[in-house]
Order: sequence, then C-alpha cells, then structure tokens
Amino acid sequence: MLYLALNYLRIGILNEFQYRVNFFVQMGQSLVSLATGLIGLWLVFSHTSELNGWTRPELLAVMGIHILMGGLIQAYIQPNMGRLMEEIQMGTLDYALTKPADAQLLVSIREFRLWQLTDVLVGVIVLLVAVYQYHGVVGIWQSLAFIAALIMGAVLVYCFWLILTSTAFWIVRVDEMVNLFQGIYAAGRYPVGIYPRWLRTGLTFLVPVAFAVTVPASALTSRLTPLTLLGTLALTVFFIILARFIWRLGLHNYSGASA
Amino acid sequence: MNQSGSLLRMLDFYWTNMKMAIMLEFQYRVANYFYMIGMVVEPVIYLVVWSTIARAQGGSVGGYTPGAFAAYYIVWTLVRNMNIVLTPYAWEGRIRQGRLSMELVRPIHPLHSDVAFFAGWKVVAIILWLPFALYLSLIFKPELHPTWYQIVAFFFSIWGAFLIRTMLLSLLGMITFWTTRVGAIFELFFAIELVISGRLVPMSLMPEWVQRVAAFFPFQWTFGFPIEALVGQMSPSELLRGLGMQALWIVLGLVSVNLLWKFAIRQFSAVGG
Repeated sequence: MLYLALNYLRIGILNEFQYRVNFFVQMGQSLVSLATGLIGLWLVFSHTSELNGWTRPELLAVMGIHILMGGLIQAYIQPNMGRLMEEIQMGTLDYALTKPADAQLLVSIREFRLWQLTDVLVGVIVLLVAVYQYHGVVGIWQSLAFIAALIMGAVLVYCFWLILTSTAFWIVRVDEMVNLFQGIYAAGRYPVGIYPRWLRTGLTFLVPVAFAVTVPASALTSRLTPLTLLGTLALTVFFIILARFIWRLGLHNYSGASA
Repeated sequence: MNQSGSLLRMLDFYWTNMKMAIMLEFQYRVANYFYMIGMVVEPVIYLVVWSTIARAQGGSVGGYTPGAFAAYYIVWTLVRNMNIVLTPYAWEGRIRQGRLSMELVRPIHPLHSDVAFFAGWKVVAIILWLPFALYLSLIFKPELHPTWYQIVAFFFSIWGAFLIRTMLLSLLGMITFWTTRVGAIFELFFAIELVISGRLVPMSLMPEWVQRVAAFFPFQWTFGFPIEALVGQMSPSELLRGLGMQALWIVLGLVSVNLLWKFAIRQFSAVGG
C-alpha cells in the first residue's frame, strides 16, 4: 500500500520536473500571497497591539501554519479530489475501479503537484521566524503536540474533502466546491476564537479549518490542553470512518458510462 | 446602414445576451449560491477582525465603529458581486486553446458579448444576494443612513465599477496574446488591487502615503468609492466628482482596450477552433 503511494508520488514528481520553469512561477505566486498576508497583519498591528489575546508573533505563527497547510492541500489533496470529481462526471472512474487496489486509496494518491510545495516552504520559513520572535517557551512537548495536531489537521481536511467530493455521486455539478472551500479556508488566517459563535462552530465541525490551523497554532503557543488534543484524536478517527462510509455509499450509487 | 439602425441592433444584441445570461444563471442557482457563500466569507473575516480591534480601542478605529464596519463590509458584498467580470484566466483559456478564432469571425467585437453576458448575470446575482445581505444585517447590525442622492449615486457607481473592472481585466487578460505564463502576473495584479482598492480595509485606515499612491490608480473607483458613496458622509458635489472620475477611467480604459486590441490581434494565430 505504501509502495503504491510512493510509486505514484515518484511519477508525479517526474512529471512535474518536465516543467521546471513552473517552480519560479509558483514561487512568485507564493511570495505575492505572503506579501498580502504580511500587509494585512501589519495593518492590524498598526492599529492595535494584540488581537483577542494573540500577539504579533503568535499571529505570524498562525499565518505560517495557514500557508503551510494550504500548500499541502493544493499539492496533494485538492488535485486528487479535483480529478476524482471530473471522473465521476465523465464516467471514467471505471478505469480506477477496475484496478486491483483499494479504490479509495487509489483515487487519493494519483496526483501530486510538486511545485505547489513552494507554499509549504514559505510557510515553514514564516513559522520559524515567528517562533524566533516568540517570547514564550516552545519545548519538546509543545513541538510534539504541534506535529501531532498538524498531522491530524491534514487528515481531517482530507476526510472533509473526500466527503465533499463523494457528493458528486449524487449531485453532478460540484466545481464550485473548490471555490467554496478556498473561500472558507481563508478564514483560518486568524485564530477561529475571534469569530462569532455560529461561524466558529461552522469552522470547527462543518469545515475543519479550526483543526487544520488554529489547533496546531494553539499547541505551539501553549494554549492547548491535553484534553483538546485527545478530543481532536477522537474526532479524527470518527471522520476517517465517516469518510470511508460515505465514499462506499457513493460508490454503490455509481454507474459507469461504459467508458 | 444608418447610425440609429446599428445602435438599435447593438441594443438588441445586449438585451438578448443579457436575457440568455439571466436564464442560464437561474438554472444554476445552487452553484451560484455556493459561489456566493465562498465569497461572503472574505468580508466577514475583515469585518470580524476590524470590529474586534475597534472594540479593543475603545469603540472605534480610524473613525469606524463596529456598526460602521458592518455597513462597509455588507455593502462590500454587493459591490464585489458587481465587479466580478470575465477573469483574465478566461482570456488565457480563450487564447491558448484557440477558441477566440470562432469569436473573431463574428461581425462584432468579442468584448461586447462579455459585457452583455456579465451584465445579465448581475441581475441574477443581485436577486440571490438579497437574502445574504438581510442575514448579515441581522447578525452584524450595520449603521446605514444614506440620503436619497447617495442611493442614486451608489446605483450609478456600481455600474461604473463594473465597466472599469471589465476594461482593466480585459487589458490584463490580453497579455496572454504575448505570453501564456501569466498566472504570477495576474496574482500580482490582484494583490495590488486588494490592498489599494478599499477591498481589504477602508482606505482611510491606510497610511497617508498609501492613500496618495492609490489616487493614481483606478482601483479605488471599483471598490472603495461605490461603498463609501453609500456608507460615508459624502456631499453631492463629492459624489459627482467621484462619478466623473469613474467616467474618466471608463473612457481611458476603452481607449486602451481598443489600442491594445489592434496590436494584440496581429499576434494571434490558431488552428481550427
């Protein structure tokens, strides 16, 4: 299973290496979006010294995680789900289904956009700068909790996307979902605690932006209780099962177009 | 063909295209709603952040209270809806895939069908937008007391914004005639627009020098001006001056689009289409 994933990854990377100039184009785009993010942050802190209890370096860390996670989503999760959506619409999903591997695994690993990882790079750098400026302690426990929260956040976003994409088995035109997700994901640039309750609930359980960005950031800045981390773990397991269930349900509903 | 006959035919062309857009977009209501939810999140983020700051600073920041911010960013959603036009990415597709060939053989400039189609879509967008505006108003309680002449000016200014942004993005899209690696250029354009148009924050919250720089660009006439026409305390003469500036940028945009088009079209070659 791992072997299969690595092989697809290798092919994806080789494919991307044909278009090396795209690295610079992507890097340019990453830097532009970094600049707008920094300008936003600078504007906020030119009028106040802290936002709802978060200081400037702490919000910088949130931004770094937001960019990093966004890069992962755009490099790995979104391209695969986009392709899946298209294949459900066209009826060409048959080709994947007839292969002798688990279909969910297969549709989740086929695409990889290497150059989108420029965002991951930029995010890590921003995060490092933030940690350097941050006055609190970032010890071994904070770091471990941070990494655990980050991985669980990524898994939650994947599960969310798979559920969203699986709805394509019933409602065919779902292109706008990408737009919808990106719009909502932008809310993760700030800790979800600043939003009114209805929006905060939506960003936590409807779209897991809180778990993808705010929870890892809280882990890093010693705001996270072990209980929240445990709760995140429980939710992650639940979402993995739920996504699997909905995917299977959708698959039963699928009839190929004799591709 | 006499002059009035061709004008009538042009009006008929616009009217037919608008009707087509209205019918098409009403069919895809759900898709339009998804699009709008994604769009509405952006101003809500700004609104929440800036209201939080205003409250922390003792009730207002840069002259804006939370209620004033609510008014600004709710009107923002309508203005944003109005200035969604054909994206430069669509120009990229049109040129790279050669679909432009088909449009070129028609006896009318392709820009006309873009403007007409999107103008029709606006009608649908405004109707679908109303429940959102109502809902956001109930939650965020905007302070909005426009006078009648502000409402009139607002009505004209959103269509002015639509036209200016159509010209701007067409100019941007036409870069694709020379190079097809345009993604980064587009992103840079949108980033600059975001910052100096009033889309990110009301321009009065920007440092003085940014406001001075912004005055040389058309961007604030597509975002900040229409919003402030309704939300701010502008006198009739200020409003007229603003509409005049919009008209100026529309004329300037028209001239530039026509000029660039003449050069650009010589670059174009396509097979089939």
